[in-house]
Amino acid sequence: MNSFQGKTLSWRVADGAIELSLHREPCNEIGLETLGELEQFVTALGSLQRDAHALIISSARTEGFCAGADLRELHRLVQPLRTADRLAGVHAFLERIHGVMNALDAAPLTTIAAVHGVTFGGGFELALVCDLIITDKMTRFCFPELRLGLIPGFGGIPRLKRDLGNAVVRDLLLTGRSINAAKAQSVGLVSQVVAEGDALRVARATAAQLKKFDRNTAAAAKHFIKPIPYEELRREIELFSDLFTRPAVEEGLRKFVESTDALPYLP
Amino acid sequence: MNTIQTTTDEVLRIAADHFKVPREQLTPDDDFFKKFGINSLQALELLTRIEQHFKIELPDYELQGVSDFRTLAERIQSRL
Repeated sequence: MNSFQGKTLSWRVADGAIELSLHREPCNEIGLETLGELEQFVTALGSLQRDAHALIISSARTEGFCAGADLRELHRLVQPLRTADRLAGVHAFLERIHGVMNALDAAPLTTIAAVHGVTFGGGFELALVCDLIITDKMTRFCFPELRLGLIPGFGGIPRLKRDLGNAVVRDLLLTGRSINAAKAQSVGLVSQVVAEGDALRVARATAAQLKKFDRNTAAAAKHFIKPIPYEELRREIELFSDLFTRPAVEEGLRKFVESTDALPYLP
Repeated sequence: MNTIQTTTDEVLRIAADHFKVPREQLTPDDDFFKKFGINSLQALELLTRIEQHFKIELPDYELQGVSDFRTLAERIQSRL
């Protein structure tokens, strides 16, 4: 199907580019419903990409691109469960989201994340699967997972390490601080910084440029330059699962859900 | 070279512009969370405006516990 309107996202093909738009309130937190629709998208991608040369992922929410995993849903779902069941549930979720991220990462299209505003945790990880990140100047990138006693779990560390120097990865991961678009460009994370509200327009212009090139050559170049770190991604799932059963995580999730702090997203 | 006075004035002007309030309604000791009724995301937007204006990086953990313009200006001043 060339277009889809779901509860958390929609897609369409326009001018040879697939446009995947996230629209779940408040800021595209990724829970089971979003995951299910992302899986539908990945399944549809096989036929969509026959009519397209590029994929643009963006957000229709003004707050930002994506605030990451739906921690409130996670807390609600795991709280009543025994430890073994919690672990099984989280492991199953991770396997599924990694399946989505790996499929997007490997897609034989040029993929562009058009981001703005909050691009945190799993949202940052979603941007990192893309070949190019185009950001508006008000975007902030952050991996706040350590405050929960966790590491990023949607493939963030291996993919960040693929693209950036280890010192930058450590800074983002271990301090949990957010960085702005200018900093993200200076460390090589994003390819273009544009005016507020302009990321999607520039992503479309970039997709139009890509259309001039032979798609098989572009796919071969991407495959050559962008290896998918499958082994590290597997280890990330295991490490995340090991950490998840510790009491610090339950405490971190509880604090997040109950927080009345003015800055709940910040470490 | 910015003095703490000019930095504070600039912070007040940036906040007034960003939250669309008259500059004269703001004072250095105002609690910006209460004054603007802002949430965490809006606080991040203000931080981004400040970083862009002063061309500095201000880690968000430096702002924990900071809620008035005067202290915010001091944090900025230390990075100019």
